[in-house]
Amino acid sequence: MNIKPDLTPESWQYRDLNIRAPSLSVLADTLIELAQEGHPVCAGTADLQHSNGLVKFHDAYPDRFVQFGISEQNMVSAAAGIATTGMMPYVATFASFIGLLTCEQIRMDVAYCAQPVRMIGHHTGISMGFYGTSHHATEDISTMRAIADLTVVSPSDGAQFRQLLRHSATWPEPIYFRIGRGHDPVVYEASEPFELGKAKVHGIGDDITIIACGMAVHGAKQAVEALNAAGHSAGLIDMHTIKPLDEAAVLQAAERSRVVLTVEEHNILGGLGSAVAEVMAENPGKARLKRHGIMDEYALISPPMKLYQHYKLDGPGIREVAEALL
Amino acid sequence: MTGNSDLSPEQIERLEERAQFVRLETIRLIEIAKVGHYSSVFSCAEIFSALYYDVMSLSDDPAWPTRDRFLMGKGHAAVGLFPILADKGYFPTEWLDSYTRLGSPLGDHPDMRKVPGVDFSSGSIGHALSNGVGMALGGRMKDLDFNVFVMLGDGEMQEGQVWEAAMSAAGHKLNNVIAIVDRNGYQLDGKVDDIMAVEPLADKWRAFGWEVHEVDGHDIVALTQLLRRVKADKARDKPCCIVAKTVKGRGIDYMETEPGWHLGYLSPEDSEKARQTILATRITSCGEAR
Repeated sequence: MNIKPDLTPESWQYRDLNIRAPSLSVLADTLIELAQEGHPVCAGTADLQHSNGLVKFHDAYPDRFVQFGISEQNMVSAAAGIATTGMMPYVATFASFIGLLTCEQIRMDVAYCAQPVRMIGHHTGISMGFYGTSHHATEDISTMRAIADLTVVSPSDGAQFRQLLRHSATWPEPIYFRIGRGHDPVVYEASEPFELGKAKVHGIGDDITIIACGMAVHGAKQAVEALNAAGHSAGLIDMHTIKPLDEAAVLQAAERSRVVLTVEEHNILGGLGSAVAEVMAENPGKARLKRHGIMDEYALISPPMKLYQHYKLDGPGIREVAEALL
Repeated sequence: MTGNSDLSPEQIERLEERAQFVRLETIRLIEIAKVGHYSSVFSCAEIFSALYYDVMSLSDDPAWPTRDRFLMGKGHAAVGLFPILADKGYFPTEWLDSYTRLGSPLGDHPDMRKVPGVDFSSGSIGHALSNGVGMALGGRMKDLDFNVFVMLGDGEMQEGQVWEAAMSAAGHKLNNVIAIVDRNGYQLDGKVDDIMAVEPLADKWRAFGWEVHEVDGHDIVALTQLLRRVKADKARDKPCCIVAKTVKGRGIDYMETEPGWHLGYLSPEDSEKARQTILATRITSCGEAR
């Protein structure tokens, strides 16, 4: 078969469903690396091994892969059981299901029982576009952040996801990774180092610092570049780990910038913006705060890129939101 | 498939005595808490006894990697499990005296992080079979040979996740997963089959691809023989479910006939009377209570 991996821009779908999106292929590739290095990793999914690319891990390590079928709650609870035997399970399904459908299993069986399970919620935010609200995840940061002893991570691109996945092999807590659909624009060089729990501070602006996570980092970076070119002093913090939050990075911005703008592909209630607001409220500094994201509503039906434009989560949109604050 | 299914009179006496011990300790511990699930323990006291004092492969080390695992979907019967774990030497028996007190490791539901010997925490009904399926899958990956016994309540059959787990245990041919349904017929709001019918229960498990056995859950001899047999059967290519017919509150007549005893408290005088009744009664079957 010789099928070109041509991406349909409107749908963000490859014509061949077996072609892996770049950032998503990181998942299986990195797990294979970790397994080869001797880490006791295993993987599972709920009927989405082609969507998340874990089929590659399945092929490489068939004895360490579990297909659960469409039973997400069973998958998460079983992953906790697997972890009791000394394995480190990485289980993946749509973020819309992890954050809400399996929330109680994560609380009781994974986090409360302190089992080293890593949940990967992919196709997060509004990246599913016209598949609609059932497939959008704009509450997952909020629900996962409320669970004690659980680390919450939202990488901004494939290179960063790979580094943080590698770090996860030795991280003491269970982790929720929220990742996109694999078509996230590239922000970082592959060699850029990242650590869980430590924000990537690109700069602190005198006028404004944008604190973003996930897919929004790319647009925020574009916006910051445009603002600086227009004569403003703008900075950017990539807050890939939302819990535990790098409070020192938040306070740097709060003390030195006039405005802190949070940007996330998530409801502004309970997500990154709320986490930053909590720190700023308890440590009053110079900056005023504005949260930007999905404004407590259900996203429209639309091709994904149009949706990012509509909700001002792309470069020009974030710039517009930022300029209105200056 | 033979296994050593014969129990000596001494073994039978010992298992009956340990079931009695579970009931007596349950009464004692609930006196501390001043509320508890007497009747939920009394229906599965023989199941506890058969598993922990005969069937399961255990060692002095509660973390022994190839020990048989025990999980309880009906976590509210933990008050009956704790005395056994203390008796096994997994934690000091004095811990029992702290039951439910501020900061105690022992609460109404079992906590694996606080109580050595608890193989998995429970309390939210419906998770345990999934946890057990995961243990069996992990054991397969790690090449560890052990059995996973999962005790489920019959009201628990109403939880959807149980059937996701049932499907996956059969789908992955986990022949070392053995579920035991404590079919005592009652749940908090009343009679299980009035609240939400679960029958035909054995057929449901068969339809999900399990080998199914039915047994009188208070007949310690039949129960132990059956458990030994299904544990020894390595030729089985599917998980196994035992529907154990039991009586909620078995051993105390007014608990057997009054479903309100799902959660209750006996005064010190009534506790003493209940203790005397338990000591004077030999339980060998469901009896004629129902």
